Amino acid sequence: MLTLRINGLDVQAEEWWSILETARFYGIEIPTFCYRDGLSAWGGCRLCIVEIGEGKNTKLVSSCTYPVTDGLVVRTHSKRVIAARKLLVELLLSSCPSSKTIQDLAAKLGVQKVRFKVEHEDCVYCGLCVRICAEQMGAKAIGFVNRGGKIKITTPFDRKSEVCRHCGACMYVCPACQLRCQGTEPPQVVCGSCLRLEPTCTEFYPDLMCYMGAEGNCGTCVREEPKKKG
Amino acid sequence: MLAEVKADRIRTSEDLEEVRAKIIKGRSSKIPCIVIPSGTCCQARGSSEVVEAFQQEIEKHSLQDNIALRITGCGGFCQSEPNLIIYPEEVYYQKVSPDDAEEVISETVLRGRVIDRLLYADPNTGERFAHLSEIPFFKKQKRLLLANNLQVNPTSINDYLAAKGYSALSKVLQEKTPDEVINEIKESGLRGRGGAGFPTGRKWELCRKARGDVKYVICNADEGDPGAYMDRSLLEGNPHSVIEGMIIGAYAIGASEGFIYVRNEYPLAVRHCRLAVQKAREYGFLGNDILGSGFSFDIKISMGAGAFVCGEETALIASIQGGRGIPRQRPPFPAERGLWDRPTNINNVETWANVPLIMTKGASWYSKIGTEGSKGTKIFSLVGKINNTGLVEVPLGIILREIVYDIGGGIPRGKRFKAVQTGGPSGGCIPSSLLDLPIDYESLKEAGSIMGSGGMIVMDEDTCMVDIARYYTSFLNDESCGKCLPCRKGTQRMLEILTDISEGKGEEGDIGLLEELALVTKDTSLCGLGQTAPNPVLSTIRYFQDEYEAHIKEKRCPAGVCKELISYYIEPDKCQACLICLRNCPVEAITGGKGLVHIIDQEKCIKCGTCLDVCPPRFGAVTRLSGEKVPEPALQGTEVIRKRSGETDVNT
Repeated sequence: MLTLRINGLDVQAEEWWSILETARFYGIEIPTFCYRDGLSAWGGCRLCIVEIGEGKNTKLVSSCTYPVTDGLVVRTHSKRVIAARKLLVELLLSSCPSSKTIQDLAAKLGVQKVRFKVEHEDCVYCGLCVRICAEQMGAKAIGFVNRGGKIKITTPFDRKSEVCRHCGACMYVCPACQLRCQGTEPPQVVCGSCLRLEPTCTEFYPDLMCYMGAEGNCGTCVREEPKKKG
Repeated sequence: MLAEVKADRIRTSEDLEEVRAKIIKGRSSKIPCIVIPSGTCCQARGSSEVVEAFQQEIEKHSLQDNIALRITGCGGFCQSEPNLIIYPEEVYYQKVSPDDAEEVISETVLRGRVIDRLLYADPNTGERFAHLSEIPFFKKQKRLLLANNLQVNPTSINDYLAAKGYSALSKVLQEKTPDEVINEIKESGLRGRGGAGFPTGRKWELCRKARGDVKYVICNADEGDPGAYMDRSLLEGNPHSVIEGMIIGAYAIGASEGFIYVRNEYPLAVRHCRLAVQKAREYGFLGNDILGSGFSFDIKISMGAGAFVCGEETALIASIQGGRGIPRQRPPFPAERGLWDRPTNINNVETWANVPLIMTKGASWYSKIGTEGSKGTKIFSLVGKINNTGLVEVPLGIILREIVYDIGGGIPRGKRFKAVQTGGPSGGCIPSSLLDLPIDYESLKEAGSIMGSGGMIVMDEDTCMVDIARYYTSFLNDESCGKCLPCRKGTQRMLEILTDISEGKGEEGDIGLLEELALVTKDTSLCGLGQTAPNPVLSTIRYFQDEYEAHIKEKRCPAGVCKELISYYIEPDKCQACLICLRNCPVEAITGGKGLVHIIDQEKCIKCGTCLDVCPPRFGAVTRLSGEKVPEPALQGTEVIRKRSGETDVNT
């Protein structure tokens, strides 16, 4: 067992744990986006950054990939960490405002505005689909192509994949292409912190918990009462 | 051509000395030798034709036994290419054409007369220099590595052996234990030449101490900075020095296999490396039981597809393994878990090339060169708005001013020096107020830049710093591997803001947002690329904030570069209706005619600046405006005010 200090607390961790795993074990919440139990840590979204070290020489590292060492000093919610996380969420939000996962993150971290040009991209390149396809489904049907602004996730040479079994795991894990939230005030991108709003679609769909708070205006459900079959 | 001495596999150090003696004996040092550098840069300027012309000329006069011809890698002075040096006098001729071959051989080589017109002339004073050692560009340098480029033909291992090659290896294998080698490198103070400047000795020690029976060494030749080519030049010009360094390093670390990771865009370097490795294997410097020491090591060449990020060591390893070139979390460092999860040591080309030198001359000699924290020499590629473009090798700690003015010969056409960009795209801009900055790892970092691999791009007053920041950010945005959010999206957003500013759409608060974004990108990115990507933005904001403000508040580009913020205007009272601009305008935006004042149609104008360039200086009618309204043009069909002959200006 190794001993390290998280947020002033001396904690013990197994040698093979990451900082994130250790923090979670002790109930310290670190926001994540491209991390998922059962998949290898990727370290791409950087939301799980923590500040390590002491004094002047501290630095930010992604806790999901950083292995614990003896005597490591970690701060999960320092001023520097929070400021960076907020900007990262703002970057995510500006490129894919329709993702509920991202909107929820924004609401949780208190991101109230987006100062960048709003894009409506379909993918945030978190790589969850690539990993679940390779690691859990054993198919390796999709992967990253190109780099920089031209990056995309697709099958080799964009051809119909022979190894893809259409299991849908990639769609299941995707935080961007799930149920789309159009937002109550689209120009503002931030959808109005859904977490605080009462679900109102319930008058149409009593069984569905809608977080949109848009009284059917959100675009995903319809105003009319669903026609009864037959 | 020089007679080649063939050697079988060399089995002991004594054998090596015997072969070396035989090679040297077989070469007459009395006959003059014409050295024609022919690296990639030289070939681009036509050195291949020059080489051919000289070969034909020598054959024509059957002078093969009287004149030696040596084709080498780049000598460093790229401005003067194609050039040649005639030994033993070291006569230096620049910008030689194939037609000069006859004259050079008959006059200079055979009669000893110097041809004046081929000599290098100082661009500022006009003074001509006949010998290489007199030329200011070479005089102020300390060419420990580059000088050998002119001594050896990179395709001939015998040339390298004649220049005392592989003697450092033989000395190490005979006299030193691996720990002694590491200590020597540590004492020398050598630091990685690839960018970060990690002490090489400590890196080797970490790898040596790491647990594992199989270890690797890698030579990082994935040089990708725009305008930097020192590694290419070393690999092309003297591949054996790099290979010798790698063998010594592998011996010290205990590695059994090495890789040279070189980009496919360097075909000549790849070819020379391949040949060198093959020759070294034939001679017994690679393979089993090297020089009878029992130590075995071999090198493979791995080619990269030219992704900038593959210069980052973990991405490079992924690429050699056949995977996608993306970095991963460090720790674990490659010294513990690198190539195929085995301990791996990666050094840059120039670092490896320094190793034989330190082993031959000793750590104490080496550590006398340079400053307290930065030892030895460093090759910089000095490019941009500078008179003497080329590779310069200088002791670390040299003052920037000496590089720009004494070696570089200052700025062409009497323009004012504005800044120098060091460290490639992820470096920063150093302004003229810091011209007296000593060039070493620490002071560059303090000034907001990095040493990087050694690119040095000089900029003059006509360079717009917002545009420069935009260019580099766009390069990095393209080259980001896309794995981590701050690097992929952060650079894209910075690029968007910078583009807006340069197009006059900047708003108050943009500088603050840029800075905030830059700092977060620097803080949170996964690898060195993202962590240094904001440097161009941060350093230009730090030193040239006034330019940013001029773009945002006054919608003015002080250097007159940003197209959206400038316009061209013909002053009606100066225009002499000469029709030159009208005919040269590529989009026919200029109207007028014989005797009529020319007018630029601002709607049609694409701001290429051709009219300004072609307007005869004695008229000077075209002006570039920025940040002010274009005055109402003269009415269509206004007649020009003719200058009377002898009058110099219409206003006088």
